[in-house]
Parts: sequence; C-alpha cells; structure tokens
Amino acid sequence: MNAILEMRGISKSFPGVKALSDVTFTVDEGEIHALVGENGAGKSTLMEVLSGVYPHGSYEGAIVFDGEERRFRDITDSEALGIIIIHQELALIPLMSIAENIFLVNPPSRFGVIDRDAVERRSRELLATVGLDETPDTLITNLGVGKQQLVEIAKALSKKVRLLILDEPTASLNEADSAALLDLLVEFRAKGMSAILISHKLSEVARVADRITVLRDGRTVDTLDCRSGPVEEDRIIRKMVDRDLKHRFPERVPDIGEPVFAVQNWSVYHPLHVDRQVIKNVNFHVKRGEIVGIAGLMGAGRTEFAMSIFGQSWGRNISGRATLRGREVDMSTVDRAIDAGLAYVTEDRKHFGLLLAADVRQNITLANLDGVASNGVIDDIRELRVASDYRSRMRIRCSDVYQEAGKLSGGNQQKVMLSKWLFTDPQVLILDEPTRGIDVGAKYEIYCIINELADAGKSVIVISSELPELLGICDRICVMHEGAFVGEFTKSEASQEKIMRAIMRKGDRRP
Amino acid sequence: MTDKTVAADEERKHAGFLKNNLREYGMLLSLGAIMVFFQLMTDGTLLRPLNLTNLVLQNSYIVIMALGMLLVIVTGNIDLSVGSVAGFVGAVAAVLMVSYRVNFIPATIICLALGGLIGAAQGYWVAYFKIPSFIVTLAGMLVFKGLALAILQGQSVGPFAPTFQKLSSGFIPELLPDAGAHPTSLLIGAALATALVLMNLKTRTRQLSHGIEAEPQGFFILKNALLFAAIVYFAYLIASYRGLPNVLVIMMALIGVYAFITSRTTVGRQIYAVGGNAKAAKLSGIKTERLTFLTFVNMGVLAALAGLVFAARLNTATPKAGLGFELDVIAACFIGGASAYGGVGRVGGAVIGAMIMGVMNNGMSILGIGIDYQQVIKGLVLLGAVCLDVYNKKR
Repeated sequence: MNAILEMRGISKSFPGVKALSDVTFTVDEGEIHALVGENGAGKSTLMEVLSGVYPHGSYEGAIVFDGEERRFRDITDSEALGIIIIHQELALIPLMSIAENIFLVNPPSRFGVIDRDAVERRSRELLATVGLDETPDTLITNLGVGKQQLVEIAKALSKKVRLLILDEPTASLNEADSAALLDLLVEFRAKGMSAILISHKLSEVARVADRITVLRDGRTVDTLDCRSGPVEEDRIIRKMVDRDLKHRFPERVPDIGEPVFAVQNWSVYHPLHVDRQVIKNVNFHVKRGEIVGIAGLMGAGRTEFAMSIFGQSWGRNISGRATLRGREVDMSTVDRAIDAGLAYVTEDRKHFGLLLAADVRQNITLANLDGVASNGVIDDIRELRVASDYRSRMRIRCSDVYQEAGKLSGGNQQKVMLSKWLFTDPQVLILDEPTRGIDVGAKYEIYCIINELADAGKSVIVISSELPELLGICDRICVMHEGAFVGEFTKSEASQEKIMRAIMRKGDRRP
Repeated sequence: MTDKTVAADEERKHAGFLKNNLREYGMLLSLGAIMVFFQLMTDGTLLRPLNLTNLVLQNSYIVIMALGMLLVIVTGNIDLSVGSVAGFVGAVAAVLMVSYRVNFIPATIICLALGGLIGAAQGYWVAYFKIPSFIVTLAGMLVFKGLALAILQGQSVGPFAPTFQKLSSGFIPELLPDAGAHPTSLLIGAALATALVLMNLKTRTRQLSHGIEAEPQGFFILKNALLFAAIVYFAYLIASYRGLPNVLVIMMALIGVYAFITSRTTVGRQIYAVGGNAKAAKLSGIKTERLTFLTFVNMGVLAALAGLVFAARLNTATPKAGLGFELDVIAACFIGGASAYGGVGRVGGAVIGAMIMGVMNNGMSILGIGIDYQQVIKGLVLLGAVCLDVYNKKR
C-alpha cells in the first residue's frame, strides 16, 4: 500500500514549551488513521503543522505528500492538494444557507457572477453523498450539530478532498449521529479517500480505524495496527496515559437514602415555537446520596429539562410541581433555585459557564458572593482562602488562583465550574456533560469528585451522551426520548443495548 | 538557595509584576509624560495655578460622566445620549430656576431625579427588551437634543442665582487665617495624600500577613512616594490660586465611591460578570437585567449632575450645551483601558483617560493649535491607546 502522507521527524517549539519532538506519522492511501492522546499531547499542533497553519520554516522535519516534499506557506497551499481539516468548533456561518456555506470560497461562477443553478445542483449532489436530507437553501442555524457536521463534510468533499482530517468530529454528537458519521467515513474509505481521525472516544476509534497512532507529550508512543485484529481499548489508554488505568471508573459503594428532590407533571414549551411542548409532563426524582444518569439522544430534551428546572432558564409556560424533601419549592428564578439548594453545571463551559477573562478566584465565588462578603463588601482575604481551598481540594492545575480561567485546559475549567457550584453548598447537583472534551486522566478525577459528592450525601444528576460513562458511575439511569422518560434501569440491569433499545423502540412507534 | 538564585528569582518576579501591571503604570506614566510635554512646550503655563484650576473646572463634567459610562461599558453597553441628556437637564434647570424662580435645592433634586428617570426609560429597553444600547441611546440622543431646543425655544436662558453658580465656580470656604495661600485646601490635600498612602500600607500589610504576593517593596515605596508628592504638589498649586473648587470636592468624593463600588462590593463584581459573560452570570443567579437597568439609571443621574455643573459654569443654559460630550466621555473610558466587549475597565483608568483628554485639550489650546487639528490628534491618541491594549493582550 502506498503512503499518501509521510511526516518525518517533525519538531515544533513554542516559547517555553516543546509541543512536538521528532514525531513521525504516515497515512496510507485509503486508510483511516486515528490519532489519539491526552489533551495537550500535540495532536492539534501536528495537524496544524500539516495543514500549513504553521508555515514551512516554523517547524523542523519534512512533510511528504504524494511522494513529494511539500512546503506549505498557509492553509490554502494544503487545501489545494486536497488536505482538508474539519475543526472541532465548526466553522459554518449560521445565517447563511447550506449551499452558501458549502461554496463559501470559490463558488461555481461565470465571469465572477455566482452560477446559482450550479451551486444548487452540486449542493444537492454533495448532500446526497453525505446522506443529509435537507434542501440546500436551509439555513445552518436551523440544523442540529450532527447535521452541521455533515455539511462540513460536504464542504470538504466540494474541494476534491484526498486527505480528510477530522478533529473530534463526534464530540457533540449523540450515538446515532456518531455512528452515521463513522459509517460515512468507512464508505469514503472504500472509494479510496484517506482520513485522519482525532478522537477521545476510543470505542469509535477502535471501530473504524485501520491504524492508531498514540501521541504523548509531543512524541509518538506507538502505532497500533487494527487490520490484523482488534485492539483493546485498555491497551490504547495505557499507551496514552503511561499508567495502568485498571478501572476507568472509580469504585464506590452507594449509600442511598430517602428521596430528596422530585418534579411531578413537569411540562415545558419551546421559547420560540410556542405550541411545541418540549418536555411532556414528566416525573423525576433523585434520592440522597444517589447518582442518577439521564441518557438520551441529542435533542431528546435533557438539557432543556435540567435548565427549565433550574430557575426556568429555558423554555416558557413551565408548569409542574417541584419538591425538595416533600415541600414544594419556588424555583422561578435562578437565585431562588440556588437558595433552594440546586446547582446546574452547564455542558457549555465557554458560553454558559465561565467568565473566561476573569480569574479562577472570581469564577469560583461568583454564584455565592455573599459567602465571601459582609454587607455587600467583598472580603478579599476570605475570598482568596475559599478559592485556594477549592484549588487544592479539586486539584485544579493553575499557576495561582489569579490565573485567567480561559487559559486553563478543559478538565481544569470543569473543576473550576464544579468548585463554583460546590461553594453554593447545594443539595442537588445537575451535571450536564461533565466530561465533554476533556482527557482520560481528567475524566477519572471528575468521576472521583462526583463519587465524593454522593458519598457526602448530595444528590447528583448526570446528563451524558457517553453511555459507558453513565453505566460506569450511575446508580440509576433514566432514558429520555423526545421530551419524555421512556425507560429506567438500575445499575445492575442497565446495559448499552437496553438503553438504545428503549430509545429505538419508542422511535419506531412514531407515526 | 544561594544568594544569586534568590536575586535572579526576585528579578524575575519584578519583571513579571511589571508585565502584569504594565497597563496601569503605563497609563499613569503616559499622563505624566503628556503633562511634562505640555508643561515644557507651554513654558510652564499648563501647571500655573490659574490654568490648573481652570483645567479641573473644564473637565469636571467629563470625569463625572465617565464614572457612569464606565459601568455602562463594563456591562457591554454604550450610552450615546449623555451629552444630550446633560444639555436637556441643564435647560430644565434653567427654566425651573430662572423662569419659575424655583429655589436651587429643590430644582437640583428635581433635575437629578429627572436624569434618573431618563436613564430608566432608556435602560428599560436595553435591559428588558434587549434592544441594542447603541440604538436606544442614539434615539435618546436625538430626542433629548430636540427637547432641550424645545424647552429653551432656541434661546439661551440665564443667568442663574449666585448660590447655584457656586456649584461650579465656587471654592471651599477658608477656615484658617488666610495669607493668600489657602492653607485649608493645602491641608485637605495633604490629609488626602496621607490617608491614601496609609490605606495602601494597610492593604499591603494585610496581604503580606496572609501570604498573598503583593507588589515588590521597591515598587510599593516608589509608587506611594510619587503618589504622595503628586497630590501634595497638586494641592499646593490649587491652593495658591483660590483654593479647592467645590466641584473638585464633589468629583473626588464620586471617584472614591465608584472606585469602592467597582472593586470591593458584590454589586461591582456582578456588574463585571454581566459584561464578562452575561449568560454565565445569569446562570449563576445574578439578576443581569436589573443590573444593566441600574447602570443606565446611574448614568442618567450622573449625566444630569454633569449638566447642572456645566450650566452653572456657563451661568446660562444654551441649546448647544452638551454637544459632543458623549464622545469625550466614551473616549476617556476606552483610553482608560475599558474593553468595548464589556467586562473590563477600571474607575481609575477612566479618570486618568479623562485627564489625558483634558490635559491635551488644554495644552493644545494654549499652544494655539486649531480645533481642527486638536480633533485629529485626539482621534489618533484614542486609536493608539486601544491598539496598544489589543497588542498587549495578544502578546
């Protein structure tokens, strides 16, 4: 088999850090090559060197593509050869149509005038290829993340892609959309396209990849071949973290008490489409010291459910009864919900969770400023002590508590958010995708924190799209589908198949 | 550890401290440099007691409005209407006091309340209806400019009663036997300087006793010595003319109050949170809408106060009063390091920004530079200051 890409002895330094040292990486023609490693291992830097974000001369080593050494000056050089990268944060323009986005650069045109018929026709072809059932004039903003991802791929295909680089393509996709996306990759491979897949989700890596290269601390640790036989996930993890993670989930003996928090007949309508009932009269409860998982596909209404409970931060016409220890509580605003003992840790750290430009200390005390103030005046010493205390308890890795929150890694940002909510001393914590986009080691630490919370008698609700995670840490898993609960399993009876079946069965019954 | 490594460590610490606080020291240094520059260019006219007093009087209303504007900008909004509101309130004051002979105390209260009401009317649309503040206050700018014209019927109204004029042109009464040097003012200046240095010292000891890394000792001593000297010298200059102007006392008190609110109180912290990330602030239980609303109410009151000060200074309300003030006020905040995206900015910075603008206006006028090139230069300074900020952040 011919190598389409060879990266030889790549080294790249930033002031004070050696991001890559002597990395060698090859991709064969018609191969899906997975690149895995913890956050900060150098995956993204390597891909940025490849795509010309860092131009020739700013790194050491050689890039050979199609048998010739290439010296890319910028990203247009690499795109011209068919090396297309799809970033984790999608680069689509929300208020433009699918077709406009696909042909954003170099649309088919005659004498500088865009040929609308050609755009329309080719968009349809491309959408058919990626299996997206939408018209080309649909606006991006009306599509879910899964479909947006497919538009990105269609866009890549429009550029005659030979090597497609996908950076965490399934990070925000549910199981079904992820599976569809991976199937698409396999399909393209059959047609001879090569792909580099960067992913934290080892199960999908193991499923589609021909070879897996593991990066650690800017070095190639190993390249594992899956074509001869399946590679165990544990083996990959061991290579990634250089330690034997015997258990991906920490052990815990649950000590579950009486019901603490419950909602009955909870109903929520969409804030814009007034007649669309998003949460359909559901009942839900959580006990003392219990970890309850909410599983479901993207768009099932899990985040909407959580946010509507938490101070009615989502939706309108919210009705139903919320009780804490049997007594009805008023949770019509966020501060009332906080006072009642609820905390909601958002799935979207950057947009809903952190003040990125503020320091760690200010983020930690934000939801409970009165806890560090007297008569409305902040006691900076008390505030510092609180922040330093959480920093050591949660093992937040930062230079000091005055470091900007935006400069921390995903895992440490998550810990800052957890600290912020723990400082409000909640009885019930709702954690929405608590490990999204963070690496294996940090995940384990987050699981430990969740366990400690439950052991301390708190009630924890975990919303997650990663089923193994829910199965690993929850005492009970409720399955949500289209705004209603369609199944509930205890830890012992739950399995991925059962949960997916609960969702699918319900899906089949739809008219 | 050997002495050598300790020294190297110290040096690195100092360098790091300088880098982190470059912005703040940089601002003060540029103000100092600009003052020295004009002092030399004008052959010492800039810091003559008479000119310095005038400089304070001329810029007091800009500084007062900059305090409110800073809060508005920190929440991520802007208020373009402040100049018109100041002019309108000045006109209302004139009509009340000159045409209807209302006593100046109730008239002042009515005017401040009116300012608050105007701020509330605009803040309501911005905070609760989510209409961009740029549009709401652009509308307000037109409305109140028009209303000022209407109630003055295109005429200037004045003069005011002498008691009201004292707001701007009065000086604090002399309590000590006066030898032409106004010792009370000098003493107040010295007391203020001492109080500030003592406060800084107290904060530092408290920080050190809790093991917080404070600024290096050398910096601390130098900074406070300079601060003390500057205030006392300034007080001496002011005292050798006619003493402290009333409006300077009001201004200093307001600066103190706003500096405290923004840096030490929960409300201040919450205002920064709204500007830093409104959604995250809201999900943390902060009443983002109410805070935004209140910053506009506050802005209205301060614009009204500025309008009164300005009217009292001119001793007449003219339809053109307040024209273009908003530009100076907004420029002062941005020169002072506030971010147009919200969440960043300090009271001290906005005040220094206003002073930089004021000194430049004054100095260039003394030098006989025409109003045309004054504007060009001010525009370039604004752009330069913000560019420097962005560059510093990218590093």
